[in-house]
Amino acid sequence: MKQTKLVFIFPENTVEEPITYNLITNYGVQVNILRASIDPGKQGRMVVELGGEEIQISQALNYLESLGVLVAPLAQKIRHLEDRCTGCTACVPHCPTRALDVDRDSWKVSFDSEKCIVCFSCLETCIYHAMSVEEQFA
Amino acid sequence: MAKTIEEINAKIRSGKVVVFTAEEIVEVVREQGIKQAVREVDVVTTGTFSPMCSSGAFLNIKQQKQKMKLGGGFATLNGVPAYAGLAAADIYIGATAIPDGDPRNGNGRPGKFRYGGAHVIEELVAGNRVLLKGGAYGTDCYPAKTREQTIGLKDMNDAFLFNPRNCYQNYNVAVNLSDKPIYTYMGKLKPKLGNAYYCSAGQLSPLLNDPHFRTIGIGTRVFFCGAEGYVAWPGTQHNPSAPRLENGTPKTPAGTIALIGDMRQMSAQWLRAVSFTGYGVTLSVAVGVPIPIIDEDILRSVSVTDDQLKAPVVDYSEYYPFGQGEAKLGEVTYQELKSGSIRVKDQEVPTGSFSSYALARKVAHHLKQLIEDGDFLLTQFQAPLPGAVTGKEAA
Repeated sequence: MKQTKLVFIFPENTVEEPITYNLITNYGVQVNILRASIDPGKQGRMVVELGGEEIQISQALNYLESLGVLVAPLAQKIRHLEDRCTGCTACVPHCPTRALDVDRDSWKVSFDSEKCIVCFSCLETCIYHAMSVEEQFA
Repeated sequence: MAKTIEEINAKIRSGKVVVFTAEEIVEVVREQGIKQAVREVDVVTTGTFSPMCSSGAFLNIKQQKQKMKLGGGFATLNGVPAYAGLAAADIYIGATAIPDGDPRNGNGRPGKFRYGGAHVIEELVAGNRVLLKGGAYGTDCYPAKTREQTIGLKDMNDAFLFNPRNCYQNYNVAVNLSDKPIYTYMGKLKPKLGNAYYCSAGQLSPLLNDPHFRTIGIGTRVFFCGAEGYVAWPGTQHNPSAPRLENGTPKTPAGTIALIGDMRQMSAQWLRAVSFTGYGVTLSVAVGVPIPIIDEDILRSVSVTDDQLKAPVVDYSEYYPFGQGEAKLGEVTYQELKSGSIRVKDQEVPTGSFSSYALARKVAHHLKQLIEDGDFLLTQFQAPLPGAVTGKEAA
């Protein structure tokens, strides 16, 4: 089973459709609504986690696109909270792209967000809660 | 020419004391030589900032008008259980305690351990209040049966950290020989030697700078999370008989100290609650121990550098938890560990640490400053730690 976090952007005229109901009953996908702002008559946005087999998810996305719903991957950004960082270096061996690195003279850990591939390894590794994830509700 | 603690304290009081950190002293000795430097230098400061699980706080909570006996009952602070098997108003909250509702490692997933005893301790030291819930059976002298109240350090008669085991003299380097990732108190270890974790400040670490406990003993005053703390006792599992290198430093985890200090003097800058994924909650504490340069032997000890300190590489998938499999994966120096990679079984293994060298350095410099400013006097210990070599036989 695959799980993916997506942002649905609804044009003004589709919001009346029971989209979530249709996704579940017609396409058999799991829909976990993480965030939603939907006002009838206005553009709506919903952040969801879709779960299901690859084929079910792709069919569900086809259905959404046929309604004119824009589907985008959820943009996520990792932040390094320098005031919480002790420079211990626990994150360094787990970072696959060396976005997190340490200067071995000053023992200061630096974070290069350009190199970050948002793999979340550092979130699991940092014991000081110095790494955080920001979800961009684009 | 031996120097006494009294002579050093007199120099601290008169503002003439000469202090270096355990890092700086290396260059001083290289330039001046031992014989000159021993006359020049009075104190060398060490430091460490690292998770130390055997930590916790004794709290004595002020009674309300109608008194209550927590002893024999129960108490939680922000939902975290505290030990209530003492007198009416004394409780002990351990760093690793976790609330009942925490899923721990349930559902086959490594737990996040977001909040526990260490977090309660950090909040109290930071000046925040926590919710005390207490339950008791009620007696003629202590009639109250329940208590629910937010309390801070001001609502306590006493609050002191009493850590039964801190400042391990050296520690294992953890690796994983198995083919799946494991979550340990030494962090997440990737399969097949994917990474290695160490946890010591090496050349700045307090007990590695006085390997035979010649100046550190029961009653030694130390910098402890911002407070003036004391070595209260040998730490639990204190083992002076560990195998040693020629320079006297142990090759495996060896000595430990139990520390005590007033939480009211502490600062949240020097004490941090931490969460190890899949393992639990614990507390990182800052400790700095001043080492009086009483003779040439102790000066040689504090001049030790990372390339002269070795730690054992240990498999945490089989050998550590089950006592089976490959016992000896070799020894590496702290210089190698701090370079970012070591070689184990002919494989390049990237390293990381949980002990913060940046903060260890900060502790050592801070303690140096306190001593230079006349704000921290040294003490002669009242009794040696087991295994201490205090006489001439140290050479």
